[in-house]
Amino acid sequence: MSECLTFHYDVDGEDFTSAGQASVQVKKNLRRLGIPPEIIRQVSIAMYEGEINMVIHAGGGNADVIVYEDRIEIILADKGPGIKDVALAMQEGYSTAPDSVRSLGFGAGMGLPNMKRYTDEMTIDTVVGEGTTIKMVVKLR
Amino acid sequence: MTVKELCGKCGFSAVTLPQEDREIKGCYIGDLLSWVMGRAQEDNVWITIMSNINIVAVASLADVSCVVLAEGVTLEDDVRKTAEAKGVNILSSPLPSYETAKAVWENI
Ligand SMILES: Nc1ncnc2c1ncn2[C@@H]1O[C@H](COP(=O)(O)OP(=O)(O)OP(=O)(O)O)[C@@H](O)[C@H]1O
Ligand SMILES: [Mg+2]
Repeated sequence: MSECLTFHYDVDGEDFTSAGQASVQVKKNLRRLGIPPEIIRQVSIAMYEGEINMVIHAGGGNADVIVYEDRIEIILADKGPGIKDVALAMQEGYSTAPDSVRSLGFGAGMGLPNMKRYTDEMTIDTVVGEGTTIKMVVKLR
Repeated sequence: MTVKELCGKCGFSAVTLPQEDREIKGCYIGDLLSWVMGRAQEDNVWITIMSNINIVAVASLADVSCVVLAEGVTLEDDVRKTAEAKGVNILSSPLPSYETAKAVWENI
């Protein structure tokens, strides 16, 4: 399909002061494209949670947002430690976040549940010791 | 009611008001960022005691109308500048979160 637009971002693993910047940029770009506000909100929330997870849990990674005619895909890929038990990680309240980031307000264990809740499809491919790729789809109705 | 009007009526002080005429709708209280992200509604007043840089991205992406820092919490200047640049309104309240919310409820 030729009618798609891709935004690519490198997400820095060290930098907490700029964490969330890719998501803020995506929001801006989607606004410019005239995407409906409810859709932008869904994409922003899902992407932010995924972006922050890569910063906190995986030492950074890559984010791609692809806008198709009928959907927006968000693909977040990292070479972090992977997720041992995905079902457990998906539970509300489960978190391995260190104290250093809990004091900043992270670590509620609500990020992955938010990603699931605000997208129409979500798949997690993860290999312990190799990394995690999360693909999310928000349909444009 | 706009953010600027709320600020005056509730006796809050303005930390930065780059979008002072934004309309307010409802209120959400929370300090855990993923809760705020998932539960706060568009145009809410967000009451928190968190003051690190990450509140700016959360406020912007959750699209709240303003952040109210309760308990007289103050902001580092670089956080204030980032909020201003990103169009995120931030107010400060000397009261705890409950009394801050009460003031919002009585004036909204
Ligand atoms: N990209 C990732 N790489 C490795 N582990 C991850 C990744 N994303 C999530 N996890 C694991 O899944 C757990 C749950 O993630 P979730 O986003 O729901 O909560 P959290 O990040 O710990 O806290 P919150 O998102 O509420 O601030 C994390 O604590 C971590 O153990
Ligand atoms: Mg998370």
